Amino acid sequence: MDINKRYTPQTWPDHPETATLEGKNKFVGFWLLLAAETVTFASLFATYLALKDRGPSGMDLTASQLFELPLVFIMTMILLTSSLTSVYAMYHMKNHNFKAMQAWLGVTVLLGATFLGLEIYEFNHYVHLGFGFTHSAFSSAFYILVGTHGAHVLFGLSWFIALMLRNGKRGLNMYNAPKFYLASLYWHFIDVVWVFIFTVVYLMGVIG
Amino acid sequence: MAHDVEATNRTRSEYEYLRRKRSKEMQGMVTTFAMMIFLTLIAFTVVHAGFSPYLITPIILLLAAVQVILQLYYFMHMNNKGHGTIAFFMYSGIFVAFITVLALVTIVWW
Repeated sequence: MDINKRYTPQTWPDHPETATLEGKNKFVGFWLLLAAETVTFASLFATYLALKDRGPSGMDLTASQLFELPLVFIMTMILLTSSLTSVYAMYHMKNHNFKAMQAWLGVTVLLGATFLGLEIYEFNHYVHLGFGFTHSAFSSAFYILVGTHGAHVLFGLSWFIALMLRNGKRGLNMYNAPKFYLASLYWHFIDVVWVFIFTVVYLMGVIG
Repeated sequence: MAHDVEATNRTRSEYEYLRRKRSKEMQGMVTTFAMMIFLTLIAFTVVHAGFSPYLITPIILLLAAVQVILQLYYFMHMNNKGHGTIAFFMYSGIFVAFITVLALVTIVWW
């Protein structure tokens, strides 16, 4: 069977992401990666918690002085909404509606890029306050944790854009359905990590 | 070879049924999203209200845990069939994550 075989909504499998052996392997391998990523982020969170507000004696700029909730709230809403738009994209993928899927992925990418822009603005603001990477153990732990998440957002955006461009003329088939599905899983995982970042870093930072 | 798949042939009514079922599922997803927004709003509100940190911290951590469960089981489809191995991976990861955080916040001091 040709991997570029064309499908219609009537002949499209119920679970296109795991309908082929290739898709099944990708699916299991990708979740194994996500489990490993959970541990990676746990070590970064643990480092942050251990080093929170620690640094040279008499240091200024602790978490409760630095963090402001309005920006974090906006960023949270944007990333949460982008999670829903990628659910919409996968809904249309399962209905074999390629154009609608591409459109919702486009919205997801726009929201993700907005989130990333706000994060860069936030980091730039902190650096101008004197809170650079080498300011304290606290600042290093903060930038490593939130920055690693930001790098994941950047990777997720690049992945979506690459998939959309690469498959723009191909349409949906058994070759790319698992790819789109996994990219959207990755995007949800980024949101999972952000839920803990806004809770542990920002909300718990503000209350001291 | 690796892309081989059984051909799916549906009758008109099977197809209509599947479309309706998916549309229902999507409505459930929007409800889940509304719950996530609601949980986030509660978390930001209790922090803004300025109660004791000893009261707020467990509450917001619990809200985060609930939101992550919603994300994993609904948005990431872990409630669907065939996710047994995946659940094993994730719970192993979460277990190691928990031990790591516990170790670093209790053993490390200055």
